[in-house]
Amino acid sequence: MHEIKCDVAIIGGGPAGLAAAAAAKKHGAEKVLIIERDSALGGILQQCIHPGFGLIYYNEELTGPEYAGRFISEAESLGVESILNTMVLELLPGADETRIICTNSDFGITEIKARSVILAMGCRERTRGNIQLPGTRPAGVYTAGAAQRLINRQNAMVGREVVILGSGDIGMIMARRLTLEGSKVVAVVEIMNFLSGLTRNRVQCLDDFGIPLMLSHTVTWITGNRRVEGVKIAKVDENKKPIPETEQFFKCDTLLLSVGLIPENELSCTASVEIGPVTSGPVVNQYMQTSIPSIFACGNVVHVNDLVDNVSVESEIAGKEAAAYAAGALPPATGSVSCLAGSNVRYVCPQRIDLGNEEKDITLYFRVSAPETKVRIFASQDNKELCSKKAIKVNPGEMEHLTIKSKDLQPGKLIVNISKEEKNG
Amino acid sequence: MIKTDILVIGAGAVGCAIARELTKYRVKVLVVDKNEDIGGLASRSNSAIIHTGFDAPPGSLESELVVAANPMYEKLCMDMDIPFAKTGAILPAFTDEQFAMLPSIKEKAFNNRVYDVEYLTAEQLLAMEPNLSPDVKAGLFIPRESIIDPFLLVVAYAENAQTNGASFLLSTKVTGMKIENNKIQSVTTTGEEIVPSYVINAAGLFNDEIAAMVNKNDYSVNPRKGQFYILDKNTNCKVNHIVLPIPTKLTKGKLMCPTIHGNMLVGPTAEDLVDKEDTSCDSAGLFSVEEDVRRLIPNVNLRDTITQYAGLRANRNPEGLHVDTYDDVKNYVNLSGVRSTGLTASAALGKYVAQTLIKIGMEAEFNTRFTPIRKGIPRFNELSREEQNELIKKNPLYGKVICRCETVTEGEITDAIHRPIPARSMDAIKRRLRPGAGRCQGGFCGPRVIDILAKELRLSAADINKNLSGSYMIVGKIRD
Repeated sequence: MHEIKCDVAIIGGGPAGLAAAAAAKKHGAEKVLIIERDSALGGILQQCIHPGFGLIYYNEELTGPEYAGRFISEAESLGVESILNTMVLELLPGADETRIICTNSDFGITEIKARSVILAMGCRERTRGNIQLPGTRPAGVYTAGAAQRLINRQNAMVGREVVILGSGDIGMIMARRLTLEGSKVVAVVEIMNFLSGLTRNRVQCLDDFGIPLMLSHTVTWITGNRRVEGVKIAKVDENKKPIPETEQFFKCDTLLLSVGLIPENELSCTASVEIGPVTSGPVVNQYMQTSIPSIFACGNVVHVNDLVDNVSVESEIAGKEAAAYAAGALPPATGSVSCLAGSNVRYVCPQRIDLGNEEKDITLYFRVSAPETKVRIFASQDNKELCSKKAIKVNPGEMEHLTIKSKDLQPGKLIVNISKEEKNG
Repeated sequence: MIKTDILVIGAGAVGCAIARELTKYRVKVLVVDKNEDIGGLASRSNSAIIHTGFDAPPGSLESELVVAANPMYEKLCMDMDIPFAKTGAILPAFTDEQFAMLPSIKEKAFNNRVYDVEYLTAEQLLAMEPNLSPDVKAGLFIPRESIIDPFLLVVAYAENAQTNGASFLLSTKVTGMKIENNKIQSVTTTGEEIVPSYVINAAGLFNDEIAAMVNKNDYSVNPRKGQFYILDKNTNCKVNHIVLPIPTKLTKGKLMCPTIHGNMLVGPTAEDLVDKEDTSCDSAGLFSVEEDVRRLIPNVNLRDTITQYAGLRANRNPEGLHVDTYDDVKNYVNLSGVRSTGLTASAALGKYVAQTLIKIGMEAEFNTRFTPIRKGIPRFNELSREEQNELIKKNPLYGKVICRCETVTEGEITDAIHRPIPARSMDAIKRRLRPGAGRCQGGFCGPRVIDILAKELRLSAADINKNLSGSYMIVGKIRD
């Protein structure tokens, strides 16, 4: 069997893996290796040819391939190595090193031995099966990301008359893309009474092109035996149940689904990494370290992000700390804090803060459960408020964050809450 | 014009099993099917169980065939390289009424010559199936009820038949038959005219339409739909056996069982239809599956579903499995009433139909060159690391994983495209190898499989279909 030894191995060469690799190298890891299943680095960014990336990280607007390109150049110039067209089959954590079994056409079955590992496999799209969408089973039902790959990387047009179910970011981006390529986007249909993606995408991708957004509606039936011939769309009640008398038929040849993303953790599970019930990703501490000390995780494999800029920042932490772990230099914890979701908060990441000697700022990322305006966001321990900020509006589609100082923390629970600002407060 | 000794209409499990059986004789066999791929309709969407016949109508032809077929599968699957598992079935009773029915079910099994059915106590049942409802009182164990990949069984029958000399003509629909002197002289199709010595109607859901061509339509096929859930391999509430409900007078009921690939299968409904192509799923049907199966397995997690599907049973009205021959159409065998037990019955039906043909005059000279052995495509994810390595050295495409959920490599996909009965559509590839049958349902591999099919078949991507012609995946290029 072909064997490779390294200090830090990174599974996945998308934005998370690239940022983590560069950071690991900068923080002293000698041999850093990215394992990538595709034929090039960059991950899903390579099919995101639209602009809007890097506004926070670079303070300029880049396309997906441009954003990925900067990280690829940096990683390469730092001496990060990569093995492409390689699929990881098995992850076997051990006392001194983790064994990663993968397959590659040139080398055959390959065993990579690493002192620390970073999981950066990203996420996958929810499917028609996941949401149990009734009807016939014709060709022409695609997840938005699969359609994006076909259009932007395989020069293949998916359809001429398109309904999009779900107002996720990829769905809205694809609504614009399909319109620009001459297809008619009949409607974007969203079961919730609020947008699930970023507001800026609604403005730039739907409103600017006159594409109708149908909130509180869903697709109730797919028709067509060979190719999609149309869908039925109905209004939903407050329990998200379709109201039969509002059902209407819309002719189309394609249905795109943008109904959510799921962190891709089958590999993490084979290594018995603890998975959080809400995020569906590994439970991590502020170092992005999972329940298995030698395994770190970052990006969409941990929790689904809306902005790649946040992924890059988070992944740099994982890279730095995985390098420290590989060198045996991660400080031991003297106690730990559980970060919990309070009112109108779905989850908090990291889920745990390990207390030690070092004093630094820790950023907590979280998503709200329901949209709200004029709110106060605060984190507290034992009813003692540690930090807070105000926001004009919060949306489930847009990740929020708070920064706290580790010196302020005591072992125990930390709760993040969002509450409506009092009128005279 | 094509001349053949035997024409089999329909390339489902039964048609392909008959074709394979007939290649044991020195006769020329041709199978035609209107679809783009072998596998029929009912044969590829069912509960994937090899039954014992314990609950068949005693004394019926169906009982005779199913009971005879069950013991054949272990060797058949070994010979033809198909996965098969003798999981056994349990039949738990939860109410006093159900408990009281157990002896009669056991007696019925006995009358069907299924002698190995045993009583189980509640403790034994819960030890075998910890997820079973704790309300269980007692039950039955039917040890030889088994699971199989139904589609691979059809592929194996067909490929083995072809190795032994049978031919297959797909995307070809039979449109009429000319009878003279009480014999079928010729068969017209959407393609060439066929001149056969004998004709076998194994057209499944459409067998009444074929029978009408020789005026033997004194019955009709009434499709009965069954909707199923497939659950993720990682679902936390699983079963080890086929868990069957106690049947009511109306229906055999809804079951939960493992599939041969490690998923959980939950269903089916039983809904009488008119439309023979209506394989849609609906919320009401799926809800009834959930409601009923919860009585057996209260913690079944249907949110772990990766897909839902529906199959159609080719029920006959009036009921009953029939293999008919006629004095006024002497060279014709008509199969009807092959319903949910048809997959199991196929192994025995092949032999039964061959004997029927001999009875009506087919010359039965043993084909000494017949081989029962068929080798499938090597399955990368079932091999040891050493075997995988060897395979990649021989063909580097086996090192490239295309489907990440089911770990299917490009080598396997290109092999399937170039098999003697080629896989030419997305579904043909999915059914043989499972890319797109996993939890992402083709979100990752779908676009890649379109490219591989187009490249290997030297077609444009716009010519790649999901299954039948007209089920195109993409509409054209973005830029020329």
